[in-house]
Amino acid sequence: MKFGTEIVVLSLFAFAALVAAGFGVEGPFRQHMGVLFFAVAGFTAILLRNTDFKPAAPIDTSAYMDGPIRYGAIATVFWGVVGMLVGVIIALQLAYPHLNIQPWFNFGRLRPLHTSGVVFAFGGNALLCTSLYVVQRTCRARLFGGKLAWFVFWGYQLFIVMAATGYLLGITEAREYAEPEWYVDLWLTIVWVAYLILFLGTILKRKEPHIYVANWFYLSFIVTIAMLHVVNNLSMPASFLGSKSYSAFSGVQDALTQWWYGHNAVGFFLTAGFLGMMYYFVPKQANRPVYSYRLSIVHFWAIIFLYIWAGPHHLHYTALPDWAQTLGMAFSIMLWMPSWGGMINGLMTLSGAWDKLRTDPIIRMMVMAVAFYGMSTFEGPIMSIKTVNSLSHYTDWTIGHVHSGALGWVGMISFGAIYYMVPKLWNRERLYSLRLVTWHFWLATLGIVVYAAVMWVSGIMQGLMWREYDEQGFLVYSFAETVAAMHPFYVMRAIGGAMYLTGALLMAWNVTMTILGHQREEQPMPGSEPALRPAE
Amino acid sequence: MSYNLMREFADSWGLLAMALFFVGCIAFALRPGGKTQADQAAQIPLKDD
Repeated sequence: MKFGTEIVVLSLFAFAALVAAGFGVEGPFRQHMGVLFFAVAGFTAILLRNTDFKPAAPIDTSAYMDGPIRYGAIATVFWGVVGMLVGVIIALQLAYPHLNIQPWFNFGRLRPLHTSGVVFAFGGNALLCTSLYVVQRTCRARLFGGKLAWFVFWGYQLFIVMAATGYLLGITEAREYAEPEWYVDLWLTIVWVAYLILFLGTILKRKEPHIYVANWFYLSFIVTIAMLHVVNNLSMPASFLGSKSYSAFSGVQDALTQWWYGHNAVGFFLTAGFLGMMYYFVPKQANRPVYSYRLSIVHFWAIIFLYIWAGPHHLHYTALPDWAQTLGMAFSIMLWMPSWGGMINGLMTLSGAWDKLRTDPIIRMMVMAVAFYGMSTFEGPIMSIKTVNSLSHYTDWTIGHVHSGALGWVGMISFGAIYYMVPKLWNRERLYSLRLVTWHFWLATLGIVVYAAVMWVSGIMQGLMWREYDEQGFLVYSFAETVAAMHPFYVMRAIGGAMYLTGALLMAWNVTMTILGHQREEQPMPGSEPALRPAE
Repeated sequence: MSYNLMREFADSWGLLAMALFFVGCIAFALRPGGKTQADQAAQIPLKDD
């Protein structure tokens, strides 16, 4: 019977959720378990409608397993649009506080929905599907473990749904980028270990003797995130039928554990994983090998050894010991070297093929991504210097920095990878429209420039206003005055974000039409075909 | 094992071991004769699909 085991296990799972929804000790937990019940029961119903009792068709185990990757590409685009939409909404909420709809859609609950939505749902799905795409093609081996890839894909989507709905219900650990409560954390741990087994198993059965460097980056991302997630979420639930848990650490130890996690989530989720993407998709799209393979190895080991120590720069001028703050700062500055080495490696891959920038909007997107990688990894170490940090910390400058990294580097390289993969995954000759990719590129680029520039001005203004003393030693501005001064910048920021979102919507349209098998009739990109010359 | 003992190990032998491992990795990547192998490895994604 098709899906036989799955249906039985999922039915039991749904029943357990229903029991928890009935016996939960507090309202939000019961509602959350209700969400879990409907999600799992709905999924089971879909499986039941698609089951049959015919003997299963034989699976061609020599071909690559691309089913979960196709779903992953769609999920990436879907969650990207959702996460960015929530981002524009919360940007507008900051500019116009009346848009806070209590209690479910206020800023405090939507903000983690936005950050987790773009980082873990959009970025996570992009990493998941590209890593499985890349590992098969560079190892020349089918994914390990049969249906394991499907479990990882759907298990991860369930994590996203549970995390997102939990935030809206007000369930949170209040740890930045690690907000989900203990039971959602446990579920993610299971899914993540399955992901590790899937990825490592595929590497172990490879037919290519050498493990290509992109897989090193992906593997370091999977292993490190497993370690960070487990340590940062060591906590004791107050009740096994309730959502509240208490951290195993307290005080400054807890803060350091959190930022050791938080900064390495940036380092290994948003950097190492996406560097894996860069080292495969930039050479593929440019059709040239990476500029220096040995530099990529140096890049890898330097990132591995340096990044893990940088976290304390989030805790400058706090109760954290001075030596730890200085350590975090020193390692952040040292990170300049591998970051720029990696950026140069990515950009120089195009040497001799720079003309492609004119004709190929996808390569343009990837180059812009690598350029933003260089820019934001230049800005980050500057902001980690204690004297700069005393101005920049807690201001919008930080928000601008994060977005030039997230929108510029993570977003653009993912868009490039999606545009590259989708026609290949669905056996289409080309994308629906390259012109739309150009539109997406410019909307996204200008959106980031607006966003980052506005946040610089706003953040530095905010920092300067906070520290402005008069000659008698009194603070010149009240906090509310600094908030009022930022209003125009908040409006402009929302406009920049809306431009970026519009670009993502164009991508969703372009990808949908490509999957459906349409091709838009359009003028070829200028310069992509040799101009016809009159006969002489 | 006390915190102080771990701390002392971490900033002496632990630090040395990690620094040596790191230097070893870089030296191995840049060893003479490694270039041909690296160039072959760089071709892996381009060989076919």
